[in-house]
Amino acid sequence: MSVDTEQLFDRQIVTQLSQSQQEPEWMLERRLSALDSASRLSLPKLEKTRIDHWNFTRFQPFTEEKEIASPAELPEEVRRMVSFEAEDSVVIQKNSSPVFARLPESPKNKGVIFTDLVTATREHEDLVRKYWMTEGYQADEHKLAALHAALCSGGVFLYVPRNTEVDLPFQSLFWASGKGVGTFPHLLVVAETGSRVNVVANYVSDNDSDAVINGAVEAFVGDNARVRIATLHTQGTDTVEVAYRRTVVGRDAHLEWVVGDLNFGRTISDNTTYMKGTGGNAEIKSITVGGGEQRSNITATVHHQGTYTESDIVSRGVMKDQAQTILNGITKIDKGASKANGVQAEKVLMLSREARGDANPILLIDENDVQAGHAASVGRVDPIQMFYLMSRGLTRREAERLIIFGFVGPVLDTIPFDSLRDRITGVIERKLK
Amino acid sequence: MSTAPKLTIKDLHVAIEDTEILKGVDLEVKGGEIHAIMGPNGTGKSTLAQALMGHPRFEVTKGDVTLDEEDVLEMEVDERARKGLFLAMQYPSEIDGVTNSDFLRSAVNASREEGDEISIMKFMKKMDKTMAQLNMDESFANRYLNQGFSGGEKKRNEILQMMMLDPRIAILDEIDSGLDIDALKVVADGVNSMRKPDTGFLIITHYQRLLNYIKPDRVHVVMKGRIVKSGGPELAERLEAEGYDWVKEELGIEDETIEQKA
Repeated sequence: MSVDTEQLFDRQIVTQLSQSQQEPEWMLERRLSALDSASRLSLPKLEKTRIDHWNFTRFQPFTEEKEIASPAELPEEVRRMVSFEAEDSVVIQKNSSPVFARLPESPKNKGVIFTDLVTATREHEDLVRKYWMTEGYQADEHKLAALHAALCSGGVFLYVPRNTEVDLPFQSLFWASGKGVGTFPHLLVVAETGSRVNVVANYVSDNDSDAVINGAVEAFVGDNARVRIATLHTQGTDTVEVAYRRTVVGRDAHLEWVVGDLNFGRTISDNTTYMKGTGGNAEIKSITVGGGEQRSNITATVHHQGTYTESDIVSRGVMKDQAQTILNGITKIDKGASKANGVQAEKVLMLSREARGDANPILLIDENDVQAGHAASVGRVDPIQMFYLMSRGLTRREAERLIIFGFVGPVLDTIPFDSLRDRITGVIERKLK
Repeated sequence: MSTAPKLTIKDLHVAIEDTEILKGVDLEVKGGEIHAIMGPNGTGKSTLAQALMGHPRFEVTKGDVTLDEEDVLEMEVDERARKGLFLAMQYPSEIDGVTNSDFLRSAVNASREEGDEISIMKFMKKMDKTMAQLNMDESFANRYLNQGFSGGEKKRNEILQMMMLDPRIAILDEIDSGLDIDALKVVADGVNSMRKPDTGFLIITHYQRLLNYIKPDRVHVVMKGRIVKSGGPELAERLEAEGYDWVKEELGIEDETIEQKA
């Protein structure tokens, strides 16, 4: 494949962007260096999905928006994705700008930082400098990562100090609106040793939006910390969304991640977990539902580096109409990561003749003293199961619905937040209509 | 629907792929009656049960089936069920992720008008009671539908569904196979508790043993895809004592099974 060597975006644009956010010099340097890389690097190589004709570069890279005084100003479809009770912590970004932020006293008094990344870069420079696109997501991974680093605007930063526990989830909402817009949502989570935190991130767009969303989440789970993250994507039909998520899991730490890839448009979703510390544990669960002519490539990777690390990947895909998805599960165990245990299961259910799905379990193991297991299946709704359910009086629709929700149940039933589970259920119902 | 039900089967022919299995079955089952269908393996007993319910693999090539004068063969599977037809299956499907109680509640509500759904409390009470009657552990309510159930547990679960749905015509397809004597008694008690003028039964069995516990009104012997002999309960007793050879001899049948095309 030929590499596009032309300058994709003017250095001037990046410099202006950086200055408008009053960023320190090192940030601008990182961006400009990433911009150079973007011209040089290839698109990521995805298993069985051709993306060379997808739009990753034609958009307005910076679209400024005004702050809003209250969530009431949000359109109903956007507002309902988030809970706005008085004690809820929320940051909202519309296109390139943070437009709303609320951090109640209780977590603030514990030393929690939850703000947009622009503010954090100014007020907590050392933290951002240490974690932003260094160890987690790296600008030289591929062209899309480089573009993200060069053009990232707004963003959300969550910092949870040592031994701090917060029950209520920290919610962020990234909203793409209007035509020709490019957005680069970046969520950076740092959970220090012994902390306990829940995070929910929503990615939405207007129905008629043709936005290009090139986003990233970086999460650092400190030793003995417990982090639960849920990311829910519901972008419109004409959008292209790139979502790279990178997590570093420390010693004896627990990570639980639920991904709802419920976009209506083209989707690249990649969740990679680095199990660095001894005894870390990660559960990576995902649901995707595809309709229309949607194309998606969804990958969950767990990279075991520490000894006694455990991981479990559970992916479910439901495809209808002419939708196609590729579900990849990669369990990689390094030499020296003895006693590691990595299991994974990817399953695709196809609801129509034209729908396509692929489940690819991949085990890459360089250490002998480990356990690993995988399961994968691709199939259609079983007519005998339908007969059984209908023979008890359920209509074809109800029977199919039960089978589908049973199929995604292993992921859906374990979502730790009731309201989020209801929202995801609602979106799935909408997509299946 | 307060009148007693009537299932009428006339000259029913059923094929699977290109092989005709049933070659003209005539039978009438009315509310309050228990009919037993007996016969050796491979004679078409289960085909009759599956075809009546509308199993997708079986094709009705000729004949009529009506329930209360309505054409059953024209109905979708779910419509048949909502009209009061029930089939306790020999090999019930396992469905992952769907709990027994969620499924049963959907099924109970399927036959009720919108807005007239059974309340959760009332449903749970009825299910608890019925499960107790069938000696089923409470945990079954929250287990996934038939997933990992033993053969006997699946059969009890079928009877549980039957009792909860209270059908007008219940077809039991080899509900006794693979059951030990205690389980058999429990299942038979369940069936007997439903014996009433507005429910009719069609019980398909391989063994006479079940009929020691459920007294049939009529017994029919199926061979070569047809009912070849009918009688009262004494017919079942004779079959148990003497086997099927005398029937074959009497009717001049050499091979009672349905010849499969090569």
